[in-house]
Amino acid sequence: MSMIEFHDVEKYYGKFHALYHINMTVEKGEVVTIIGPSGSGKSTLLRTINGLERISSGQLIVNNFDLADKKTNMDRIRKNVGMVFQHFNLYANKTVLQNITLGPELVLKEPKDQAEEEAHNLLDLVGLNDKAKSMPSQLSGGQQQRIAIARSLAMKPRAILFDEPTSALDPEMIGDVLNVMKKIAQQGMTMIVVTHEMGFAEEVGDRVVFMDQGHILEDSKDVKAFFNKPKDHRAQEFLSKVINH
Amino acid sequence: MMWQIFRDNFGLFMQGLGYTVGVSLLSLFFCLIIGTIFALLEINPKRWVRVIGKIYVEFFRNVPLLVITMFFYVVVPRLGVPLSGFAAGAIGLTIYTSAFIAETVRAGIQSVDPGQMEAARSNGLTYVQTMRFIILPQAIKIIVPPLGNQFINLVKNSSVLAFVAGFDLMYQGNLIASNTFETTTTYAIVGVLYLIITMPMSYAMTYLDHRWSGSVKEEE
Repeated sequence: MSMIEFHDVEKYYGKFHALYHINMTVEKGEVVTIIGPSGSGKSTLLRTINGLERISSGQLIVNNFDLADKKTNMDRIRKNVGMVFQHFNLYANKTVLQNITLGPELVLKEPKDQAEEEAHNLLDLVGLNDKAKSMPSQLSGGQQQRIAIARSLAMKPRAILFDEPTSALDPEMIGDVLNVMKKIAQQGMTMIVVTHEMGFAEEVGDRVVFMDQGHILEDSKDVKAFFNKPKDHRAQEFLSKVINH
Repeated sequence: MMWQIFRDNFGLFMQGLGYTVGVSLLSLFFCLIIGTIFALLEINPKRWVRVIGKIYVEFFRNVPLLVITMFFYVVVPRLGVPLSGFAAGAIGLTIYTSAFIAETVRAGIQSVDPGQMEAARSNGLTYVQTMRFIILPQAIKIIVPPLGNQFINLVKNSSVLAFVAGFDLMYQGNLIASNTFETTTTYAIVGVLYLIITMPMSYAMTYLDHRWSGSVKEEE
């Protein structure tokens, strides 16, 4: 069953054409990585999936809801599709535990003790149970991002979107976050990951999508082959620049 | 001399002080509600809602307080709604100040990192839930110090009641001055009584400002 379907999607910001003719289908349980240079539209593409950006034309179906349809309730989409941001965006006025339980309590109407029990299980998963009572500002970037992942998992989403989850982190923090993401991938979560971590894309991704200037230039299910030698020449150029240093 | 004037007219001064404090508190209460409502209109995702908020704020921020107050004192009663001077003054003061408070609240809300809104919406929270649980609690710390300044202005501006027979401190001061001909002394006393209300507020605001801006820095 396909989780996300793009059909001829276009996105404009005023006159700027941000996404050209996007056609892509993501299956349930697939881990898709999106790579490409800055400004290539990767994040914009990701943000259309949970309606943070509206598409200008075409059809975008997420979890059987048509996002182009004005009647579609975006809150219902977002309930089922989690998102992890580059800058974590933990709730600054809430403790770590409250960050995780707020959504389940308010949106899923879970009783407080159930939400907290699940939150502790998720904190175990990301290895931060000792931080339950901390405020986000007291945590390192890598810790904040792991909490952000736990927060999105707490909603039991059908899919999670990752928008450059390790780009704002110090190098020594990146491994911890990627390991958590790997665990989630192994549990069968549908994941779309915009990333500059080529190692992660190659190792964990079921599929890699290369974007440049708003176009999908290559979409390959043979990840090994892509990283050996991409077909598109701009992808070749990009990889040679990223991997050789 | 000053003491004698004060003692002889103690009742009037105190009545005036009471009315000034009363109208300030009454007006503050409604200003906060109305100001917050218009601040939320001003940042609403829907354009036409924002326009309504903007028109209200820009209009009442840029019309003199006395004009608004006289409208309620002179024009509105002619339209068949009888209003006392106190009521007209209180309404004028509330509408005028609410426009400034709307701007203060709006600025506070907009200074909260937009990532907080995106994260909460992505977490499945509705717009209203996000405002209630995430954005407004963070905005309040930013809003309170400038809001204190608005309240001090409100107390001072309540002297507009003197023009519409609102029995406030300034009104009684005028009365005492014209009865006793001791203008200098009378207005000096009036000034001191205003200071007795506003100075502690001013110090409280400086204190809060220091404490909270300190804690914000700690968090960062």
